[in-house]
Order: sequence, then structure tokens, then C-alpha cells
Amino acid sequence: MKKSVFINGIGAVTTQGVWRTEFFSEARVLDHAITSAEQPSYKGLISPGAIRRMSRGMKMGIYAAQQALAEAAVTTPDAIITGTGLGCSEDSDKFLHSLWENDEQFLTPTSFIQSTHNTVAAQIALQLCCKGYNVTHVNGASSFESALLDTLLLLASGECKNVLLGGVDEVAEQTYAFLQAAGYIKEDGIQETVKNSVSPGINYAEGAHFFSMGASKTASSYAEIIDTTLQNELEVSETTSFLKDFLSTNDLRPDDLDAVILGYNGDEQDDLFYSAIQQTLPSGTPLYYKHLSGQFDSCSAFGLAAAAFILKYQTVPPIMYWNEKNPAKTTWKNILIYNQYKGKDHSLVFVRAC
Amino acid sequence: MISEGIAVTGIGIISSIGNTVEENLYALQAGKHGLSRIANFPTRLQERIWVGEIKRSNEELADKLELSSPHAFTRTSLLGAFAARQALKSANINDVNQLRTGFISSTSVGGMDYTERYGSTYLISSEWHRYIPSHPAGDSSHKIAKYLGVKGLVTTVSTACSSAANAVMMGARLIHAGRLDRVIVGGTDALSKFTINGFHSLLILSDEPCQPFDNQRKGLNLGEGAAYLVLESQKTVKQQGKHVLAYLTGYGNANDAFHQTASSDDGEGAFLAMQKALTVAQLGPQEIDYVNVHGTATPNNDLSEGRAMQRIFKNKIPSFSSTKSFTGHALAAAGAIEAVYSILALQQGLVFPNLHFDTPMEELDMIPQTTVQHRSASHVLSNSFGFGGNCSSLIFSKA
Repeated sequence: MKKSVFINGIGAVTTQGVWRTEFFSEARVLDHAITSAEQPSYKGLISPGAIRRMSRGMKMGIYAAQQALAEAAVTTPDAIITGTGLGCSEDSDKFLHSLWENDEQFLTPTSFIQSTHNTVAAQIALQLCCKGYNVTHVNGASSFESALLDTLLLLASGECKNVLLGGVDEVAEQTYAFLQAAGYIKEDGIQETVKNSVSPGINYAEGAHFFSMGASKTASSYAEIIDTTLQNELEVSETTSFLKDFLSTNDLRPDDLDAVILGYNGDEQDDLFYSAIQQTLPSGTPLYYKHLSGQFDSCSAFGLAAAAFILKYQTVPPIMYWNEKNPAKTTWKNILIYNQYKGKDHSLVFVRAC
Repeated sequence: MISEGIAVTGIGIISSIGNTVEENLYALQAGKHGLSRIANFPTRLQERIWVGEIKRSNEELADKLELSSPHAFTRTSLLGAFAARQALKSANINDVNQLRTGFISSTSVGGMDYTERYGSTYLISSEWHRYIPSHPAGDSSHKIAKYLGVKGLVTTVSTACSSAANAVMMGARLIHAGRLDRVIVGGTDALSKFTINGFHSLLILSDEPCQPFDNQRKGLNLGEGAAYLVLESQKTVKQQGKHVLAYLTGYGNANDAFHQTASSDDGEGAFLAMQKALTVAQLGPQEIDYVNVHGTATPNNDLSEGRAMQRIFKNKIPSFSSTKSFTGHALAAAGAIEAVYSILALQQGLVFPNLHFDTPMEELDMIPQTTVQHRSASHVLSNSFGFGGNCSSLIFSKA
């Protein structure tokens, strides 16, 4: 018997600040090529020495994880599963830089140690003394959904009762400069939003989003995650069958979806995929979030947090509406999240009110 | 709880001891290691370390794969595609998308070998820009999946040196959950300046061929390579009348939660991973015939792993050896390379030797197998541990 999976707590460090009730009402639309996450104070949570030594990704991850666990009143989860596209780039950059600068001499190990992709999940395990299952998934734009899939497997099979699931990606100067040089990120100085983007490239950012996932519904539950699916690549014309297969696996009709959260990011080619899905689901209210989160590999976790927020509070933050005019709805039950990047790493996540 | 194992129907490998499964088996039986001085790229460490390097250039590998130029395959992707293609062939799969087929790879280096080579030019010239998107770990999996023609569930695991074992585990769990019919799982990592210098800065590289579980061990040798297994559900095997090489019957993942790079004194994470794997396989410790240990030959790992084995096996420690004394430590790929060796051990009824062993460790009453041992084995345990306390164990059982 397949068991249910609930989001029982959320934590986040983002360009919109940390996760809180006013998260969406206070949100502002990003209009810079690269926006860093607003950093909270880490005092009290992380030792002063560690604050200096740790990269932003590690700190943001530890903060968001703690927030999610606290909300769900979970002390030690049974497993920690994270997703990250670029891993600990800040430390990778640092080590690579000193490798170049010093021609393989006088290297110190700290940045190398912290450069492995699993550093954040490992640090959280260390902090929580969590000896359970611990895996980091690193697959571009579906890194977070890969971690989510892993989480669903653990909870649905009954192997675990509580899983800490997270997505983390950080702005690293050199790595982002390379992505900018290659045209993935907009040029410095350009001020465009997702909606009014005309120049090539995308507004990038960073963030950590954590979810305390449980096999039981609790007083703090936001929503139930029913299913997710991943697909490495698709043509725009194949998105409809990809969607329909997923809906039929979950006994859903297109009309059952109240809202669809799309990953519109202002890139002309990317947005073709989202509008194709949007057109297949005419009765689902289209919503978007990358104008608030910015683009990065695990940014779709922001989309999941948004879905959870809508289902828990039964209200859609106005800033998330893609269309100007929307049908008046008072109840929100089924939400679908669709994400991909450059035609690769497609994912669908189906979330339901609980 | 697992009632029946997952079938392994195909294996593929490239390592410093051979470009095929047969070549690897031959070298293991002959006791011929693949450790040498580094030759594929210039480095200050050239005369100071030993590595398990594959003596084939990227150009040769690309030719073998019949890639048309210009391509943006990094060495990690080239090695991965090379091994994964063999695995599919060995499993007799022609139409890879005929069933719900996934690809779960793993890497720690990703495209760093090209970023370290060309990165310093990226901001001044666009000549090598095609390698910018090759940097992330997930890119290698995309390239390999596309090369194989896999369209579907493709993803990547990175848990440092235990990565491939976790990719194998993830694939098995997806089959158990009924989400896939079959899945190609494994890992790939190329040698890079980044990693050799990283490990060098940690002072855990030996300046001689490594000596796992020896009292005088001085550290590890890094290696490179790739290996993949084709896992299939019992149903698919029956329907297609597939030949089964071995069964994956157990797997366990735990975290040592002790230190970012060091293992705990009592090997808690390793102990828990082995214990979980035994539980999943529904086997008692005494039923394990051979342990392909993680055995990196660092003072810390071998002591910690040895203690964990003593906790699991008590005073009846099965035959064990570290094949890293042949291949070096191929990081994310190690778990897959050693999974292939574990399957070969079952198929051939062999325990492979632990080379360069001389003096038993004074802390432990444990001596690895130092010569080829012919013995039929029913169950083989393979350990993979990594930075961040990530510990994983797999159990393969005779088909």
C-alpha cells in the first residue's frame, strides 16, 4: 500500500528573504542579471568560526533546514536528501583559482573539502547528528526533483517517517561569470524582468529551500505531494504527451487542476515549453515564480514552496498570476508544477491540498 | 524489505587495468595493477604521486565512440559513454527505449577537467565556450544518455566517493517501486588537476603504490574510470528470457555524522550501511563470502572500515580485499567499478588479491586476501564511503 507524503515544514533563504508568512506579500520582482539571496543572521545557529569558513550555500542550507524542521517540530529526520545543480561552486571557484594562481603550489584543503557536491547535506547531518540515509542529487534543473523523487520513494515505501528534503544553489563569482560569458545569464547592467525580457539570457539568483517531509499529516502540514516525474529531454511538441501520461498515471483529468505553476523565465525558447503546457491546461490558472526567485538549478523548489503556501492558506499571492485577468476561485485543491531548462531536465510535480 | 533481488543483466567498465570487462578480469587474476605516473596532462605532482590512469587520450576515446568533432564531451563523459555502451551491449539491449528505461549516473569531477584547462580563457575568448555548459555534473549524464539514446528518467548522484553505489541503489529502488522496468546505473570520473591537488593538499596521497590494510600504508592513489550495470526487474527478465549475471540483493546508505572528511574511530557509518544492506538482503553476516572493501589505504579509512567490519562480522571476518590496489581510487566511479568486480567474483568463483600488502595493522586482527583465491561465493559485499560521512554498501548474490 502506497503511503501519503506531506510537506510539514518549510524553510528558505532567498532573494525575497527567509521563509515567513509575509513572504509573498512583501515580495518584489527581480530585474537584475544576478541577484544574491538576502542573508539572515547566522549567529546562534552556526559558530562564528564556521560562519567565516562556510560558503553561502552551506549557511543558507543549514538555516533553511533548521527552519523547516522547526516548523514541523522534527528534531532529527530519518534521512537528508538534497538537490543542487552546481554544488558548492564558491569553494570550487576558490580552489580552482588558487590552483591557477599558484601553479599547483601552496594549496590549503579547506575549499577543496567544501567543494564536493554533498557538502551541504553532510554538514546538516553533522549538525543534527543524523546517521540516516543521505544523498545529494546533481542533475541540472531537475536536481531538486530528483531529490524529491528519492524522498517520495523513502516515504511511500514506509522506510522513513520524516525526510529532510532540500535544494541549494549559490552565486559563485567565477562560475556565474562563465555562465554570463556563455550567454546563459543576462549581461550586467541590463534591467529586465521575466515579463519584459527582450535581451538574451536569464536573470539568475541563488537560494536554499528545505522541506520537512513526513508520512503523516500534522497540524503544520501545508499540502500532500502525490507524485513527480522526470524526463531528460523533450521537444516542445512532445510536452503535451509528457503531461497527459503523467495525468493519467495519477487518475487526473486536465480539468482537475486548479492551478499550474510554470517556470517562465523570460528566455524566448524556454518559455515556449511553458506556454505549450499552459495551453494544454486551459482550466488551470497559470502562475509563475521565477520573477521572484530568479533562475538557478534548484529554483523550482521555490515553485513547490509557493504551491504549498497556496494550498495551506487557500489564497494565491497576486504577484504570482501570469495573466492579468483570472477566474475568481475560492478553493485550491490540485496544483501542478512544471519546470525545465533549455529543453532539458523536465519535471512535473503534483501537489494536493490536505 | 526486499523479497527478491534486482537482476543485473549487463556490465561495462573502463579502468586503468583494462578497457573491457575481460581485460579487467584478466588483470585482476594476473595480479597486474594499473598504477603509474601521470601522463595525460602536465602537473607538478607528476613524479610525486601514483595514479590509476587510463592510457588513452580524449581524442582516442572520442574516436572509439565515433563522436563527430567539435563535440563538448569532457573526459568524464567520454569514459562514461565508453563503459555504458558496453553495459548495454552486454545486456543485449538494442532498442533502449523499448521498455521504461532510466539512466542514473554519478560523478564528482563532472567537467572540471575542461574547466581547469580552458576556464582561464573563458572571459577573454569564446574559443572554448562550448565547454562551459559541460562543467556541471549533470551534463555528463545528459551526454551519455543521449549517446545511448535513452529518453526518460535520467539523473545524477554525487556523494563524493560513494556516488556510484548510491546511483546503483537509487536505480534498484526505482525498479522496486515499479517506476522503471530497467535502469543503467553507475558512475564516471576522470583524473583532474583539481582532484589530485585537492587530495594532495589533504596529505592523503601516497608517493608509492597504495597498500590497503597494511600497517605501513601511506595513503591512497587516485584513479579514473567508469563502470555501469544494467539492472532489470524480475518481470522483465522473465518476459524477455534474459540471462542474469548476478542479483543485487542488498543495499544500505548511512551517514557517519562525524567529520566532513575523516571517518569515525568505530566506523559507525560504515557499520550502519553494511547492517542495512544485510537486512535488506535478509542475510546474516556469516553468509557473506567476500567483501570488496572500500580500502582506500589511508590510515583513517582502513582503520575505521576495519573496525566496522569487526563489529559486523565479529571474529569471523570473510575473505576481503581492496581492488583499489589495482585501479587506484576512481572516486565517484569506484563503487561501480567495484560492483563489476564483485559480480565477476561471483561469476568466476574468485577472490581478487589485495596487492602490496606486507604487514598486518597493529590495531586489528585482520589480514586481506593477498593472492587469487578460487572459491565459490554466493554473496559479495561491496563498500563505498565518501567525504561528508556518506557510507554505502551493496550486496550482490550469485545468479
